[in-house]
Amino acid sequence: MTTRDEVARAVSKLERKAAMKWSARRAVIFLIFFVAISFAYSGYKTFGRAIDDSQTKWPVIGRALPRTDDLTMPPMSDIIAEFGKPPQRNSDKPLVAFIVQAASFTFREAGFGFLLGVILGMGIAIVMLRSPWIERGVSPYLVASQTVPLVAIAPIVVIWGSNSMGWLPFEWTRWMSVSIIATFLTFFPVAMNGIRGLLSADPAAMELMRSYASTRRQTLIRLQLPASVPYVFAAFKIAATGAIVGAVVGEISGGVPGGLGRLILDFASRYTTGPPRLYATVAGAAVLGIVAFALVTIAEFVTLSKRKEGSLAP
Amino acid sequence: MNSKTFRTLAPSIFVGVGGLLFWEVSLAVLQPEGFLLPAPSSIARALFDNFDVVWTGMKSTGYIVVTGLLVGVPMGVVWALLVSRFRLANETLTPLAISLNAIPIIALAPIFNAWFGLLSPVSNQAIVALLVFFPVFINTTKGLTEVGETELELMRSYASSSWQVARTVRIPNAMPFFFTSLKIASSLAVIGAIVAEYFGGRQDALGPLIVQNAGLTRYAEAWSAVLAGSAMGIALYLLSGVLERFAMPWKPDADMVET
Amino acid sequence: MTATVQPAVQISGVSKIFNLGKPNEVRAVEGINLAISEGSFVSLIGPSGCGKSTLLRLVAALTPASDGEIFVNGKPAEQARLDRDYGMAFQTSGLFGWRTVIQNVELPLHLMGWSKAERRERAAEMLELVKLGDFADYYPRELSGGMQQRVSIARALSFRPSLLLMDEPFGALDEMTREHMQTEVLDIWNKTGKTIVFVTHSIPEAVFLSQRVIVMSARPGRLAADITVDIGDRTFETREAPRFFDTITQVREALRNKEPSA
Repeated sequence: MTTRDEVARAVSKLERKAAMKWSARRAVIFLIFFVAISFAYSGYKTFGRAIDDSQTKWPVIGRALPRTDDLTMPPMSDIIAEFGKPPQRNSDKPLVAFIVQAASFTFREAGFGFLLGVILGMGIAIVMLRSPWIERGVSPYLVASQTVPLVAIAPIVVIWGSNSMGWLPFEWTRWMSVSIIATFLTFFPVAMNGIRGLLSADPAAMELMRSYASTRRQTLIRLQLPASVPYVFAAFKIAATGAIVGAVVGEISGGVPGGLGRLILDFASRYTTGPPRLYATVAGAAVLGIVAFALVTIAEFVTLSKRKEGSLAP
Repeated sequence: MNSKTFRTLAPSIFVGVGGLLFWEVSLAVLQPEGFLLPAPSSIARALFDNFDVVWTGMKSTGYIVVTGLLVGVPMGVVWALLVSRFRLANETLTPLAISLNAIPIIALAPIFNAWFGLLSPVSNQAIVALLVFFPVFINTTKGLTEVGETELELMRSYASSSWQVARTVRIPNAMPFFFTSLKIASSLAVIGAIVAEYFGGRQDALGPLIVQNAGLTRYAEAWSAVLAGSAMGIALYLLSGVLERFAMPWKPDADMVET
Repeated sequence: MTATVQPAVQISGVSKIFNLGKPNEVRAVEGINLAISEGSFVSLIGPSGCGKSTLLRLVAALTPASDGEIFVNGKPAEQARLDRDYGMAFQTSGLFGWRTVIQNVELPLHLMGWSKAERRERAAEMLELVKLGDFADYYPRELSGGMQQRVSIARALSFRPSLLLMDEPFGALDEMTREHMQTEVLDIWNKTGKTIVFVTHSIPEAVFLSQRVIVMSARPGRLAADITVDIGDRTFETREAPRFFDTITQVREALRNKEPSA
């Protein structure tokens, strides 16, 4: 084993340690944040109860603030306990199992749409790379699409999808409509950042490839795609969050069974029979969003650490 | 219009006009029943026929959007100023904010409805404010803290106080970042308001308009409401651009070429 | 050059260690003893990483010394910084893009609380000194690299400090502009009589500009040689004179031979 190998191994070991320290720090910060929020929540409730007990009137601003009774704001301990309780009378399955199941359903819907959006987005980006004319024609609309409330279209897509897809050769289920929404929300940022990333290849490196008589395809694969990675990952982060949001909103507007949206809808409409359940489910949705984001961040870390380049900010 | 501007704009105009024509013509030819995307002409007609309804919707939704922005944006700026002052705060809170931004904030809508009441505007305003807060905070903090080493050393050589550094260096440096985030915030605010309205709020706002019309398969009417929402988002975006020009006269125009 | 007059800069037994005790500890400079007399032009030169920039920053009290003392104008370096006894120019001009050229020159005066009229007057004067009077209302991005550096020098001089510290200010410029700027700096030095400490990695630049070239060894930086430059008044012919090349050779040999002089 040469000294160079030893040094390389030592360096990667150091990097792994640094990565673990970094993740540990993030987890700790999250934990502290969660504890702080719980404290604030419980503190607010106690404060509110004290004011109610003392019979003094809430100040004027207070009328806009949430009421602190247990129906409106269930105690934090109740919420945490609720995860373990079965929500259905006839089964023993605890709430958390339902939430995880629904979350994975939503995740798969969003994930499917995400992958489709990435393929389409990068496809368009490569086409735009080939033709500057197309690029100039399409880019403004890509940028403008960020101002269109795409998520707002979700209900239209889902309702239409459930009504009108009979002409397709296969069964169109409702979750496919939701995936389409996720595809849309992924496509635009990926296409936008994709073309920017592909074009970001160092001109000197491009000239080098030309001097090697490299074909267009080789240049694309060896230089431009790798150059686009930081940009594309930045888009992935936006898209991952968007896909999850789009999926949840789509599920809610379309009443798609099996997903988190449906669960939230159910518990919201049956709120009075068990307020903590809604909170628990929403917490589950929050965790799903963070998990999706974390997956992309980890993928980015792994990809970029091999190349020792920095990532672009979100 | 000189030839350079024409060459830059022509392809997008071509694509836009061409796209609209293609859309209109193919629908006229194929005539699918109740298609998701009605022809531009029928959307335009729906908009024209129902203009007063759409306009009321814009006002209701617009109220939520503007009030939410007025709360969320200053909060973002204030927190950015605080966090940029203390390095420890920046290192802990900013990554936290980036992660929290990944939460589907809209999922909080039912909870806010429980807190503030289904019909109260506060629940929707809170969603918008929260949605808008994160990008403003994250980007403005970045602008306040990512200042060049030379500039900071220079200020140290002048024995400047932290406040002087903030005033003369950090804040002007942060302006482009802030305005970028403001543009992002404008579209997010509209999206957030409309989607929050799906959960509850005034029934004459754009959100319910979209959902109800879609449920009745009146897609043209639904899309006209979406269009109205887009128009609001674009208007706010342009307004941000105008404010930006005002605040940063030193910034070069977009089409000025740097030699 | 009398021994009884207090030197502008007095460095005694100074060392600087970064990250003391940690695995990435770095001994940037060690055991530096140096006196710079008032009104002189001194260059610091050495291989990359020899600590010349660190030494300059120690004099500027931008970072504290780990060992030893530095006196500027008879007071501790930190006090000199608080009293704003020196002006500094960096390799990147560090101009603020959102301020016009004249507003950039006014920056230190603004921070010192001068009135608008006074600032404007002094800044205009400084811009004339660096021959950029016509560009007062331009923005930095509209100026070339050389012009930006001239503005940064005007800014460094605006509050008339007695000492000017320059850290490779012409490093990013092309050769022709560099030579031009060197002449400009000498011009300013002749007109204002300031003490100038100039860090560079270009031997010809060091020899052309200064009366004294201090050669530093590789990390940890120690003083390797202190070479007096004796080539007379600098003119266009100087760069081609034999004495010039001889002194350059002297410096180069001192750089190759890293042993510190007694």
